[in-house]
Amino acid sequence: MTQATPQGSPQASPKASPLLAAIKSVFLKEFFSTFFLAFRYLLKPKPTLNYPHEKNPQSPRFRGEHALRRYPNGEERCIACKLCEAICPAQAITIEAEPRGNDGTRRTTRYDIDMTKCIYCGFCQEACPVDAIVEGPNAEFATETREELFYDKQRLLDNGDVWEREIARNLAADAPYR
Amino acid sequence: MDLLLSILLIVGKSLLLITLGLTAIAYYLLADRKIWAAVMLRKGPNVVGPWGIWQSFADMIKFMVKEPIIPDGANKGVFILAPLVTAALALSAWAVIPFSDGWAIADLNVGVLYIFAISSLGVYGIIMAGWASNSKYPFLSALRSAAQMVSYEVSIGFVIITVLLCAGSLNLNDIVKAQDTPYGILGWYWLPLFPMFVIFFISALAETNRPPFDLVEAESELVAGFMVEYSSAPYLLFMLGEYVAIITMCALLVILFCGGWLPPANIWPLTEVPGVVWFVLKLTWFFFLFAMVKAFVPRYRYDQLMRLGWKVFLPMSLVAVIVVAAVLEIAGVAAK
Repeated sequence: MTQATPQGSPQASPKASPLLAAIKSVFLKEFFSTFFLAFRYLLKPKPTLNYPHEKNPQSPRFRGEHALRRYPNGEERCIACKLCEAICPAQAITIEAEPRGNDGTRRTTRYDIDMTKCIYCGFCQEACPVDAIVEGPNAEFATETREELFYDKQRLLDNGDVWEREIARNLAADAPYR
Repeated sequence: MDLLLSILLIVGKSLLLITLGLTAIAYYLLADRKIWAAVMLRKGPNVVGPWGIWQSFADMIKFMVKEPIIPDGANKGVFILAPLVTAALALSAWAVIPFSDGWAIADLNVGVLYIFAISSLGVYGIIMAGWASNSKYPFLSALRSAAQMVSYEVSIGFVIITVLLCAGSLNLNDIVKAQDTPYGILGWYWLPLFPMFVIFFISALAETNRPPFDLVEAESELVAGFMVEYSSAPYLLFMLGEYVAIITMCALLVILFCGGWLPPANIWPLTEVPGVVWFVLKLTWFFFLFAMVKAFVPRYRYDQLMRLGWKVFLPMSLVAVIVVAAVLEIAGVAAK
């Protein structure tokens, strides 16, 4: 076997003699090397997160469930400029507005977000001149019925009350980059 | 009166074995899932109880309380019978397994033949399930399974013959005792019969439809194989039968090749340990190997499976039978 005979098919690598291959397969060389590789993986630390108990860190820019915010004195921020309704690419927002009875300022009488249409792009938050509509850090608002996802103004204001601390912190953290 | 007592004794022993065995199976099943997960860098079931130790029991309760669905087109009687056949046959093989010296429910003189026969009958459960389901995937799966199990039984048979030639007995108890030499672990049959040991291990994987030979339930091709139409308690029986068969094969590996309940060396602290502990330890080691193989070996193609069974294992084990018989005859230690 000193002279390699030229053949049409590509030659196998020179060390792959049939005897060696037979020895390797009889003594399960690949099986054992794979076994030890798998064993090393068996002992490695696992990257799995125990989700409901452990959570990944979240960016202050995270765009989750919507909320309508209030000023510290309790007055709602929204001035019914309808910029969010205009910019919404999914047309998920519906606003109706008229002057308020007691002081004549322009307020919304209806502020609905269809959460099944919303694509969570954050344009409403970008468009808002008074930081009224924001997307909060909450992403766990799955419901059992479709109807529960048609948010109205009261639901959004309640969200704002519940998440105000986190929202305010996130807005403050992100402010230097805007 | 004597007869009644002995019957009661046998029933008691069987109940004890089945209870302990099924509890052990629950944890072997969990271990299987945990090992599989760990090799994939997952955690595996860890929610039900600490480290998920109640997972198998939670699964069992879920299987029991769910509605068993029997398809309209199925042959009802055979459909129900199939999982019962699988589970009952798998469990009955345990009657002759000696856990320690003489610790077997039935100390049969032909224990090896009994186990071989029972594990061969296991294929009936699968064929019945595949046929009775009246559905294409289970049917294809049953055909594959029949061919696969029959192919590998042939080489398992020849491997067992080589062990029998060396041990000179068909009694599982005596086979273990024949391995009791001064050399300890080196005197067990895995070393002198190493190629047969390997063939038996691989054939055991094929015989129990474990990966890499799980073509019977290749989910990418056959959805879930012969179990497609099964749900709830019948499915549970199939799973149970499958895992009991795996443990049986591990036990057979321990008894035929790894000295059963014998300690790895005949030195003082090791000989004090009860035999059943050694048996369970060895059993667990082989189950660990089965679980690891499931995690790291890719599935065989069907023609590769058949080639391995008929063109590699069968000639190798045939030659081994002749060689072993010749060596024993020449060395003059052949069992008379």
